[in-house]
Parts: sequence; structure tokens; C-alpha cells
Amino acid sequence: MTSLPAPVAGAKKLGLVIDLDTCVGCHACAVNCKEWNTGGHSAPLPDFDPYGANVSGVWFNRIHTFEAGEGPDSRTVHFPKSCLHCETPACVTVCPTGASYKRAEDGIVLVNADTCIGCKLCSWACPYGAREFDADEGVMKKCTLCIDRIYNENLDEADRVPACVSTCPASARHFGDLGDPNSDVSKLVEERGGYALMPEMEYAPVNRYLPPRPAKTAPGCTGASAALERPTAAGDGTHPLLRWMDRLLSR
Amino acid sequence: MNPAFSVIFFTTASGAGYGLLFLTAIANALGFIPSSGWFAVMTLGPATALIVSGLLASTFHLGHPERAWRALSQWRSSWLSREGIAAVLTFVPLAIFGVAWAFFGRTQGWYAIAGLAAAAGAVVTVFTTAMIYRSLRTIRRWHNRWVVPNYLAHALSTGAVLLHAAAQAWGEPQAVVAVVAFAAVAFAAYVKDRYWKFIDTTKSGSTPETATGLGARGKVRLLDPPHATENYLQQEMGYKLARKHSEKLRTMVRWFAFGFPAAFTATAPVFAGSLLGAALSLLAVIFAIGGTLIERWLFFAEAKHAVTLYYGAREA
Amino acid sequence: MPMDGSLDPQIDTSPKVSDEVKCTTCYMCACRCGIRVHLRDGRIRYIEGNKNHPVNRGVLCAKGSAGIMNHYSPARLTAPLKRVGERGAGEFQEISWDEALGLATKWLGDIRADDPKKLAFFTGRDQSQSLTGWWANQFGTPNFAAHGGFCSVNMAAAGLYSIGGSFWEFGEPDWEHARYFMLFGVAEDHDSNPIKAGLSKLKANGAKFVSINPVKTGYQAVADEWLGIRPGTDGLFVLSLVHELLKADRIDLEFLVRYTNAPWLVREDDGLVVRDAAGNPQCWDSRTNALASALDADVVPKLVGGFTLPDGRHASPVFEHIAARYLAPDYAPEAVEARCGVPAATIRRIAAELAHAAFEQQVVIEQPWTDWAGRRHERMIGRPVSMHAMRGISAHSNGFQTCRAIHLLQMMLGAIDTPGSWRYKAPFPRPVPPGPKPTGKPAQINPGKPMGGMPLGFTLGPEDLLLDDDGRPTRIDKAYSWEAPVAAHGLMHMVIANAWKGDPYPIDTLFMYMANMAWNSSMNSAETAHMLTDKGADGNYKIPHIIYSDAFYSETVAYADLILPDTTYLERWDCISLLDRPIGSAEGPGDAIRQPVVKPDRDVRPFQDVLIDLAVRLKLPGFTNADGAAKFPGGYADYIVNHERKPGVGPLAGFRGADGSKSGVGEPNPKQLERYVENGAFWRHHLEPDQLYFKHANKGYLEAAVKLGLLDKPDQIVLHLYSEPLQKFRNAARGIGPIAAPAEHRERIERHFDPLPVWHPTFEGEQVDTAAFPLHAVTQRPMAMYHSWGSQNAWLRQIHTQNRLYMNAATAAKLGLADDDWAWITSHHGRVKAQIRTMEGVNADTVWTWNAIGKRAGTWGLDKDVPEATKGFLLNHLISELLPEKHGYRYSNSDPITGQAAWYDLRVRVEKADRAEWGETSPQLPEIARPKGTSPSPEILRYGAQWKSK
Ligand SMILES: Nc1nc2c(c(=O)[nH]1)N[C@H]1C(S)=C(S)[C@@H](COP(=O)(O)OP(=O)(O)OC[C@H]3O[C@@H](n4cnc5c(=O)[nH]c(N)nc54)[C@H](O)[C@@H]3O)O[C@H]1N2
Ligand SMILES: Nc1nc2c(c(=O)[nH]1)N[C@H]1C(S)=C(S)[C@@H](COP(=O)(O)OP(=O)(O)OC[C@H]3O[C@@H](n4cnc5c(=O)[nH]c(N)nc54)[C@H](O)[C@@H]3O)O[C@H]1N2
Ligand code: SF4
Ligand code: SF4
Ligand code: SF4
Ligand code: SF4
Ligand code: SF4
Ligand SMILES: [Mo]
Repeated sequence: MTSLPAPVAGAKKLGLVIDLDTCVGCHACAVNCKEWNTGGHSAPLPDFDPYGANVSGVWFNRIHTFEAGEGPDSRTVHFPKSCLHCETPACVTVCPTGASYKRAEDGIVLVNADTCIGCKLCSWACPYGAREFDADEGVMKKCTLCIDRIYNENLDEADRVPACVSTCPASARHFGDLGDPNSDVSKLVEERGGYALMPEMEYAPVNRYLPPRPAKTAPGCTGASAALERPTAAGDGTHPLLRWMDRLLSR
Repeated sequence: MNPAFSVIFFTTASGAGYGLLFLTAIANALGFIPSSGWFAVMTLGPATALIVSGLLASTFHLGHPERAWRALSQWRSSWLSREGIAAVLTFVPLAIFGVAWAFFGRTQGWYAIAGLAAAAGAVVTVFTTAMIYRSLRTIRRWHNRWVVPNYLAHALSTGAVLLHAAAQAWGEPQAVVAVVAFAAVAFAAYVKDRYWKFIDTTKSGSTPETATGLGARGKVRLLDPPHATENYLQQEMGYKLARKHSEKLRTMVRWFAFGFPAAFTATAPVFAGSLLGAALSLLAVIFAIGGTLIERWLFFAEAKHAVTLYYGAREA
Repeated sequence: MPMDGSLDPQIDTSPKVSDEVKCTTCYMCACRCGIRVHLRDGRIRYIEGNKNHPVNRGVLCAKGSAGIMNHYSPARLTAPLKRVGERGAGEFQEISWDEALGLATKWLGDIRADDPKKLAFFTGRDQSQSLTGWWANQFGTPNFAAHGGFCSVNMAAAGLYSIGGSFWEFGEPDWEHARYFMLFGVAEDHDSNPIKAGLSKLKANGAKFVSINPVKTGYQAVADEWLGIRPGTDGLFVLSLVHELLKADRIDLEFLVRYTNAPWLVREDDGLVVRDAAGNPQCWDSRTNALASALDADVVPKLVGGFTLPDGRHASPVFEHIAARYLAPDYAPEAVEARCGVPAATIRRIAAELAHAAFEQQVVIEQPWTDWAGRRHERMIGRPVSMHAMRGISAHSNGFQTCRAIHLLQMMLGAIDTPGSWRYKAPFPRPVPPGPKPTGKPAQINPGKPMGGMPLGFTLGPEDLLLDDDGRPTRIDKAYSWEAPVAAHGLMHMVIANAWKGDPYPIDTLFMYMANMAWNSSMNSAETAHMLTDKGADGNYKIPHIIYSDAFYSETVAYADLILPDTTYLERWDCISLLDRPIGSAEGPGDAIRQPVVKPDRDVRPFQDVLIDLAVRLKLPGFTNADGAAKFPGGYADYIVNHERKPGVGPLAGFRGADGSKSGVGEPNPKQLERYVENGAFWRHHLEPDQLYFKHANKGYLEAAVKLGLLDKPDQIVLHLYSEPLQKFRNAARGIGPIAAPAEHRERIERHFDPLPVWHPTFEGEQVDTAAFPLHAVTQRPMAMYHSWGSQNAWLRQIHTQNRLYMNAATAAKLGLADDDWAWITSHHGRVKAQIRTMEGVNADTVWTWNAIGKRAGTWGLDKDVPEATKGFLLNHLISELLPEKHGYRYSNSDPITGQAAWYDLRVRVEKADRAEWGETSPQLPEIARPKGTSPSPEILRYGAQWKSK
């Protein structure tokens, strides 16, 4: 159903929180996502011309790298991006068939591949580039928030998180209920000033990004002084080695 | 945005068809045009052909054309769905109007009303088409008040030159038809000009800084894209058109879609009833449609999508 | 319509994942993470990290996650191949294993009977060096090494000669407790996942992370402070920090006295350590005002002063030498800032921050422990300053000494194996200086006989060099000769060039395994290809036979005469052994296995099985019984379980003893592999809490290590600020002692074999005209690619389909270069063409690119027009294996001490290419034909479609 579920206060909003301060841009989440999903709910995630000149594939998660600021003080920021499972996304409402929908129970935005006509309009409506067209099957696909993992009773409890989250070596990805202000992810967002991308689009993304922490380059940033003082006890003017002459230390 | 031929052809052809249908029905209701069944064939015939071929073309770019019927289901939220419904619904009065007129020569009363209903359907359909683009916040160059007038004006102008050509070919042209065609073309030119002014002078509020949320640290610049070769998003949404090319093409649009058709429409009545008059009005049609195809191509090619901000674009 | 009344489609949120899960060890790189392979319908459905595994604790990197695509790669070799066309053309005939092994046995058998050193056996990225080295030993050739010589021997050797462990793979930061972390020249490392996890922990703990690296990507991007140092100058920067600390007396004297050779007396005349008759190093004991054993627990040694020895000679403590040297104004921040590109005020501030973290933020763990002398300490007090360094230091010709400088800094701060500092990974620490010695002196090389020792080892003085009676190297790579006396890992990058030249002698067969030596692991790649195909006056190839084992159609395959196709890592037994590069951590030793999780669907065999089979055919003693029958008829799996290096010590340390109850030492257990499989494919031993720190001097640890077979004796391991072996070589250059270095090597040895860390400019930087070649050029490991082998991977190659030359935006602007322009990069040796990408976060005088992305057309199962081949490039074409001529001789482009390849000394200039030359890289080597039998590469990949949920 492409009409959005009526907003309910306190409703579950599952999503990701991505820590730009620790993401080292390793692409692990992107590849693991591909690996899980190519055999999962949206199987397959095809690759076109995989061994040729114009290789391109369907990926639900991609890692961009930006430089913010100029000169030596610029910050290189690795920037993973998958579907943000927006609360009021036009990618759902523009869909003429009802194939694109947002689940009322957890807010996950999905595509029903059995009814999608492959008109691509939803991909035009998504500002974040989260929709992936499978030209082989002629249908739209996208990040499912690993719906086939997070509730999967065949997996251990601890494994019921999205593939990208469980694989991230830098623990830069967190999964949880952003609708619950007391959830770990909500607290993390609160603590670290997590923000939404392109708020001006008014899609109300659920996913949040934690900004890079400020650099620590100012004198005193660790509590140390700006430079070491030469000890006065040893007496200036004397041979510097004399300082250690009478130091008696046993092994 | 990638200017996909099927969509360009669809909007141009069906736009012209709906414009022609609209004007024919109005003119019929007002009694301006011949009531002969043959004239119906010359007007509603091309209109229907254009509409149908456009709609068919639009299904070509679908991944699953056989499921196209599903697109009629989401009228509550989707302009594309509404467009589909409007298009389908318009066929009902169009069929009544067209069959009554072409086969039975009946053009008035309930049949004229059916024609007006089809005309209303045409307006609604073109409006919904325009709204598909107009509603996308992701593309500032579409998400503005000039897009709906632009689509309506082009449907009207191409429809009008078509009607004018039909009238010329019939041999009994009414001056008013030429005047309407001329005015429609002029109006389309005006609207297009305002549209271009708008997109040239208005910036979207989205930048790499808002896209990444990193603006507080200064200018944000893409260092590495996620993948070295182009992906679907870049192919579909990342079409880039150099400024100088777009200037050239705009000039072509100005001449082909507006200048020539206006000139030919203005001169055709002078040779009314002659072969030359018909030829000039036909040339107006060819240029108007050709020019509109370029205009539509530009409409896509000049449109910048917000997602490109993640792929190195400075603005979208 | 679903039952809940919603209109959403009903979806299966609990689909079946797999039929079966098998644990094994990842091999998409050398990090050795534990993986769980999900199998469905006999195919690999999903590979995930093993949460119980000590290395990766459940995470997986991009490469590990792409294992499926390597396993099913169309570039896989499918059968043994015999060359039929010219070398390099790629024309092969498929042959049977019998024929292949027969051919190899013939070639190798002839050599062994005649002169075993005519076999050069060199291996690359493999993890079975304890087998391959032992095989070479049994064969009788000294010409064996693995990739360590071009990789990171500077780090390994500098560490082993200084602290008995090393950054390389033998230690790790105490991520949990560190307050200050300095990372020198690391883009990815062999500890790929652990470093990422560690950095994230540091940041969560609010510790400060300083990155020293000319390029700000990857790890450096998340650093709290980035120092965009000029390549090759880290030694100066570090010694300047030492200067600051010494000047302010902010050093851990107690640590130096207790744990290092700071108090040892060094003779003035020959620079050797003063020893008593028993060989104990001497110090000046202030209680008695006399000489005493520096190893005695009760001495109160003098740290500075000059002392007259009973024989009238003069000596002073190591610390005095250190203080005198590094307090000199040459090391003042002002004196080094211009060279390093790090402002003096920054150096000062970092020194202050280091001292602050070490001494004011000390970590106390309430854990009593007993030191080597039996003294109980109530708690563990640590200096929470951690460091890690790798190839940014190692791949320079001053890398050994620079790495020693970093260890010096650590020791000055008392930050070795204390809470919060760098820690040893078991089986380290090992005694300093290290042993055993290398084998391969002329008398040790005999036709038809084993050498009697492992080819690689550690020289402690000129008497250990492997030279013939004329002073010529006995090894083809000239390791352990005067050119590279401490070449602990050999010089793989010199093998092909030397063999081609017949210098020091010609060889017959070059046998390589898992090293893409015709391309990205050689310097001067195009020329190397020529050397491999070059023929002598007799019309025969200058290197008569080349045997190669690869699993994929790499660039090197085309240059071999005989190809022994290997399986993928998911199809064989493997052993990640304590005898080689195990999975130990600071918390305790560990090792691991690989098990076949799927059966090969091609006519390929595990290389280790093949090597053992060959050994039996060649009747190598270690592999055959007296009657000539195979000792390990079950192949490698049999060897892993039953081979004993010493009684009770075998490839795997876990589940030993007949019932599997013994750890470390114990008789072979026939069920050992089953036990590993049950345990998730690894074994680990947890050290007791009182053994976790101060391992070099911790009685509990040292005794436990002896029991586990990690150490021979529970003696304290004294750390060496001053390296006596280096001084011994230097003495040979000075004509002191029985062995004198040849005249032409003296100046070089005198200069570089400084027993205390020292900095010299890199050779290439010194020898080329820096005005003509103003820029430094380095490479980095991309996190999502492993050297050359990632490009065949349909997923990974999408991330790095082409590499660019990255340069500082301001520098580019000065050169008139902009993004996407094509430019020529020229070194003293050659030029390549590449496409430019500008960036902010890079040292203004440095350009860089991702390593090993450029491919030769026709290889790796890729179409010939792929960007990897048409636009991607290798800097290797610009790197000469020889330095420019000096005094009529061209030294190898290597560290003068270890022979480590100096990849990152490269100097270049960059110029915009003519418009007409844009669009394609250069040089373009001819396309290599794809051998018959390799499966065609599909046009569309739908992996996983078969499991589409219905
Ligand atoms: N410019 C530049 N050059 C460099 C470096 C650099 O930093 N810059 N780094 C250097 C360093 S440190 C290293 S270690 C080298 C690495 O360079 P190489 O040792 O050449 O490493 P790879 O490219 O990974 O190639 C190893 C070969 O092993 C094969 N292989 C993969 N899996 C298997 C298997 O299971 N069995 C068998 N038998 N073969 C297999 C691959 O197909 C490939 O041909 O490169 C060196 N070259
Ligand atoms: N993903 C992936 N992982 C790998 C490999 C791989 O190919 N891919 N290869 C494996 C192998 S064989 C090895 S040897 C290790 C090597 O692992 P690393 O040591 O991480 O090797 P490099 O990528 O060569 O990184 C060298 C870093 O040093 C910097 N650098 C260069 N010159 C200097 C200098 O003078 N000073 C300082 N401070 N920095 C400098 C470079 O910018 C670069 O960031 O990685 C291993 N892990
Ligand atoms: S990120 Fe894009 S695809 Fe995902 S919900 Fe938002 S608009 Fe839709
Ligand atoms: S592509 Fe599929 S999901 Fe997207 S709008 Fe069209 S029908 Fe809906
Ligand atoms: S939540 Fe699942 S589908 Fe979405 S990006 Fe992560 S791994 Fe991919
Ligand atoms: S796995 Fe983690 S660190 Fe790596 S790119 Fe993804 S979010 Fe960043
Ligand atoms: S770091 Fe990655 S590729 Fe290397 S062993 Fe671990 S998971 Fe495998
Ligand atoms: Mo390496």
C-alpha cells in the first residue's frame, strides 16, 4: 500500500545509526550486505558485465568518501549510505502499484517484487540514492533492513541484527528502535548529536548519522602542557648528563 | 535525469494528442469546426493515435509491462497512478464522442457533452502527468510552479497547431483556429521562457553540505565515489549536460517549437484553402512536435537530482 | 490478504539460512579471521565472522565478505598446465597430475643430485612457511624465502633485535587501556579487523589517536590528530621526541634499569658490551663501585659516567650513549621540522602529551605478579602509551633504524608490555637478539643432502654471514651477505633479477608459490617480465625452468613452464601454526586450521599436498621413512597432525597428547584435527591474569611459556636499546675483529650499522636529483582489495576498478593539473601514465595510489578492455630493484641492514600528458591469452537467485 501508515505515537521505528567518527571506510558493511542479500529476501542482487569494462551491480549499501573543509585541517569522512527508512518518504507515495510500502509495525520500507512494474519512479523520488533497479528482473530492490535476519528464528538471538551491523569491524553501525527514546540507539543519537540527512526534503529519515568528533590538536587538549619544561633541579648550565649521575635505581 | 526516449516520446505524443482532443471537443461544442464524420477522422483520429502510441511507449520502459494494470490502484497517493486512471477514464467519453461523430455524424447535445468530458479528461491527464514531475522534491528543476503550466501549454500548443493543420487540410479553415494556435504557441513560448528563467536563477536548498550534514566543517567535496564505474543511480539520475549544449538546444527549441510554428501558423491563413496553406500548417506541426521533443529531452537532461550530491555534484 | 488486516504483503521473516555451517579460517587476506561458512544445496550461501574467534570476534571485512566471489571466480585454474608456446604468451596444454609431478620430479631430482642451490624456492602470501622452509631444508637449498623480505622484514627484525617482539605481527596495542596511541604508516596491515575494532575502542574511551602518515584516508581519517609527515623522515621526528623527553627528564628510568640494557657497559674502543668470563653483560654497581653482572637482580647500576675496566680500557653505560646522542641539537624540533614537515611546536606538544599520558595517566591494574627475580609486585602499573607501525616505516631504506627509533621511544616511556602500552602477542617475547642462525654456508650445501637447518634465521655478527670462500653470497638473493647482513626474511625482490643475470650464480629452476612475481610483487615489473623470457646465446631461457603454483590466472602464470593449480582456501586443509604466523594475541597463544568446506570441482590439488608428494618422489628424508615410503601418506592433514619439529612440538599446539589434553607440547593426537573442527577451527590458550603484562620479565609468564614450548628457558628477556650485533658488523667495517668487511662495503656498513637508532635520508632520496624528481610517491593497501587477487572478484572489483594518482590539490594546481587529467609520472627509472585525483588530506610533496589495482590485459578472467588494464596502473614500473650507480656499483634498492625492499623511497615528477595521450595508461604490456579450460566469464551474475524466497 503506497499510502503511508498513519503515524502512531510511540510506534516502532527501526533503523540504523552510523558513526562517522569511527567509520574507516572499509566497505565491509557494503559487501557483507551484498553477500547476505544476494541470497536473501530480495535475491539475487545481480551484477552486470561483472568481469568486463562496464561492471555495475545492485548494492543496498554504498560507501562514499568526502573531504570536509580545506587544507591540512580538512576531515576525510567515510560515508556509508543505505535506505534511511524515512517516515514520510515520497518513494512510497509515488509508487503507482502499491509495490513500495512502509510497514506499519516497524517502519521498514520495502518493495514487493511480485507487484512492482519497474517504473523507476520511486528511485526518482528518493533523494538518498537508496533504490536499486534490478534490470535483469525488471523490478526495484532496496535495503530491507535485513528483515530476513532481524526476526529470523533460525538465527541465534545475537545474530538477529542487519548483516552490515554485525560485520562492521569498527562498530560504526548500530541498529535499534529510534521510536523509543530509551533505546540504546536513541540515547546514542542524543549523546552524540546524531542528525538526519537533507532535512529540507522533509522525508523524516529514521536513520541517524553521528558527526565526527572535533580534532584534538590544540595545546592542552589531552591535559598536557604545550611543551615539556626542562627540569630546574638538575641546574642549568651544568652538563646535562650530570642530572642522572646520582640516580640510584635498583634492578 | 537521463532523457529516456520512451518517456520523452510519451509525454510529447500524448500531450499533443490530448491537446488536440481538448481543442477539438471545445471547438465542436462551440460549433467552430466541420461536423463531418471525416473531420472527426482527421482530428480525433490523430489525437487517439498519439495518445495510444504515447501510452504504449510509456510502458516500454517498464520492467514489467504486463503488470501495468497494477498502476491503476494507488490513486490515493500516486500521481502516476492518477495519470493512468485519468488516461483510461478519458477513453470512455472520447470513444462515445468519437464514434458518434465519426460513424453517425452526431456532434451535439449529449455527444458534445461527452466531447467536453473527454476534453476535461485530457486536461486532467496532462495535469497528472505534469504533477508526476512537479511533485518530486528531489529535482528542484521539476519541483516548481512552472512545470504544470509548461506541460499544459505544450499540450495546448502542439494540439492547436495540429487542429489548425486539420482545418487547413479540410479546406475550410476558420481564422479563429489559426489565432488560437498562434496564441497557444506564444503562450507556450512564454511559459517555457519563465521556466528557464526560474531554473537558471533558483538554487535548490540541497548541497553536498546538507546531503552529508558535514557543512559545519566547511566545503564538502566528494573524494571517492563508492564504486569506480557508474551505477544505476548515476546512469538514471546523473545525466550531465554542458551549459553550452543546453544553450544550443534551448535556441533550437525556441525556433522549432515556437518560432517556426508561430510563423507558419501566422502565414498559413494567407494561403488558406491552397496546398501551400496546408503545407505550411503541416510544417508548423512537424516543427512544433519536433521542437517539443527537444524541449522534453532538455526537460530531463537539465534536471538535476539530489542524489548527485552524493556523487560529486556541487548543486542539484 | 494477511491475517492482521494490514494490506502489506505477507513476507517470510524466518527463512531458512543454510543446511549446514562449517567453521574455518578466512584467507581473503593474511589476517586469519575465523569464519562460519553457511552451505545450502552444496553451495556457499553466506560467510560470516566467527563470534568466538580471538582475531575477529565475529566481524568480517569487505574481502572476507566477498569470499564467495573468489571461490567461484572464473579465473580459477582448473588443471595442471604445461607451457607449449613461448613464455609469457599464455599457451598451455592441460596435463595430468602424474605427468606434472613426474616433470617436476625430474627437474628437481637432477638439481638435487648435482647442486641443490640451483633450486630457488620462493613463496609469497602463503601461510605454510614452516612446511615450505623445512621442505627447502630437506631438499638442501639455501635459496628459500617468503614474502617477508619485500614486505616488512624491517619491522620484524628491528623488533626482534630490540624488544624480542615486533609491530609486524608479533605485538598489539593494549586497546582497552591505552590513553595515547600513535600509528605510523599503516593503511590496513595484517591485523586488519583487530585494528579497526581497536581504534573504535580507543575513540569510545576518549583516548587520543595520533596518525603519522603523509596521506589522510582510512584509519588516518578517524585520527584525532593527523601529522602529514614527509615520507622517509619518521626517524627524525621520533628521535626529536626522544630529545624532548630526555631534555625534560621525562623518561621511565626505572623501566630502563630494570628491563633494558641501559645500564650495560659498552667499551669505548670497540663498542662491544663488557662481559664477564661467563658472558654476562656487566654494569657498574654503585653499591660496590665495581663491575657486576648487569643481569643480577640486586645491582644498583650507574646510568652515566665513564669507568675504567680491569684491563685498563674504558667503558660507559648504554644510557650515557643514548643521552649524549639524542640530547644533541641535531635532534631539536627546530632542527628537524623542515625535513619532516611537522612544525617544531607540534613536535614539542606531542612530546608533552606523550609524557603526560605515560606518567600522569598511568594505568593501575590491581593484580599482583612476580618478576623474573621472584619479587612480588602488588599491582601492575602501566604507561598507557601505545604505538603501532608498519610499511610506512618498513618500506624505506632507513626503515630498520626508524623502527628501532620507535622502539627506543617506547622503552624511554616504559611502554612495552605494560597496561595501556604495546603488548607482545604470544609466542612473543623471544630472547634478544633472536635465534637461530641461518643455514646455507658452503659446507652446509651438499648434493643429495638436507642442509641441517632452516634456511632463514638471524645473524649476530659477520661470522654468521652466508658467504663462500671468496666472500661471495651463497644465496641467490644475496641475503646474509655484506649487502644485507641481517636479511632475516631473504630478499625475494632480487631473486628474478639475480637469477637472470647469473649473479652470484645461475640457477636451474625457479619454483614459486602464491606470489605474483611477474607483476605487482616485483619492482620494475615490465623488465621482470623480460628477464623471465630472456634467452641466452644458446637459445635457452636464462632461467631454464619455472614451476609455479597459483590458484588463479594471474600475470605470473603465463611465465611458468609448469603450473601446479591450487585449490581455493575453502577446499583444503591448512594450518596457521605457532611455528609460522599464528593467531596468538596478548592474552595468550593460539593457532588455527582451515578445513575443506567444499570439494573441488576441478582437477586441482592443495599445494601442500603436492609439495609433500614431490618430497616423497624426491625421497627427501624428512618426508620418507627409511624404506622410502611416505611418512605422511595422508598428505598435509597427516603432516599437520603427525609431524614433530622437536619431540612433542608440531604444527599445531592445541589438543596434543594421545587424548588431546595437552597444550603446546605433547605427543601427536590422531584426533587433533577433529578437535579443532569441533572447537570452531582454532585453539587458544588463555594466560593467567598475573601473566598478562611484563611478559619479558614476568616469572609466571616465562615459566608458563617454557611449559607451552614457546621458550627454552624462563630467563628475563632484556630489551636492547643498544644493539651489539650491529656493532659487530660495524667493527668488521672498521677492521676490528677477525672478519673484515670487503673494502667496497665498508663505508655503507660503517654508516648504517649504528648500534643506536639513527636517521639517514633514504637512498633514492639521496641519490637522485630531487629538483628533477621533487615528489615522493607511495602506495597504500585498499581495505577492500588484497594485492592483485581481489580484481577477479566480481564484487570487490566494483569498488576499485581503476586506481588514480592522488595528489595535493594545491600542488596539482601549481602543476596545472586538475581532477581527471592524465599525467605522466616519471622516476629515475621510467614513466607511467595515470589519471589524477586531487585531494586536501595529503602531504604537499607526496603523491600516492592504491596498490596492485593495475592489471595486465587478458589475466584474472577479466575482459581485455577492463579499466584495470586500460586505466589502472602500477607504480612498480617506476621502482628499480637497483639504486642508481655509486662508485661503480648498483646496490639493491633496499635497506642496507635487512635488505627490505624500499618501495616507498620512490621519487617522481608529475607532468600533464598531451591531450592526445589521454584515456589510456602506459606502459601497456601485450595481452596475455587465456588458457583453454578456464571457464568463460559470464555476462551477468545472479548469484543467490536459486535461493529466492518463494
Ligand atoms: N608498488 C608496490 N608494490 C608492492 C607493495 C607495495 O606496497 N607497493 N607491497 C609489496 C608487499 S608487502 C607484498 S607482500 C607483495 C604482495 O604481492 P604478491 O605476493 O604477489 O601478492 P598477491 O598479488 O596477493 O599475489 C599472490 C598470488 O597468489 C595467488 N593465490 C591466491 N590464493 C591462492 C591460493 O590459495 N593458492 C595459491 N597457490 N595461490 C593463490 C594469487 O592468484 C596471486 O597470483 O607486493 C609487494 N609489492
Ligand atoms: N586490504 C588489504 N590488507 C592487506 C593487504 C592488502 O593488499 N589489502 N596486504 C597485506 C600485506 S602483504 C601487508 S605487508 C600489510 C601492509 O599493511 P600497511 O602497513 O598498512 O601497508 P600499506 O598500505 O603499504 O601502508 C603504508 C602506509 O604508510 C604510509 N606511508 C608511506 N610512507 C610513509 C612514511 O615515510 N612515513 C609514514 N609515517 N607513513 C608512510 C602510506 O601512506 C600508507 O598509509 O597489509 C596486509 N593487509
Ligand atoms: S531513503 Fe529513499 S528509499 Fe529509503 S525510505 Fe527514504 S526515500 Fe525511501
Ligand atoms: S519501480 Fe516498482 S516500487 Fe518503484 S514506484 Fe515503480 S512500481 Fe513502485
Ligand atoms: S540493513 Fe541489511 S539490507 Fe540494509 S544496508 Fe544493512 S545489510 Fe544491507
Ligand atoms: S563496515 Fe563499518 S567501518 Fe567499514 S565502511 Fe561500513 S560502517 Fe564504515
Ligand atoms: S581481514 Fe578480512 S580478508 Fe583478512 S582474514 Fe579477516 S575477514 Fe578475511
Ligand atoms: Mo606484505
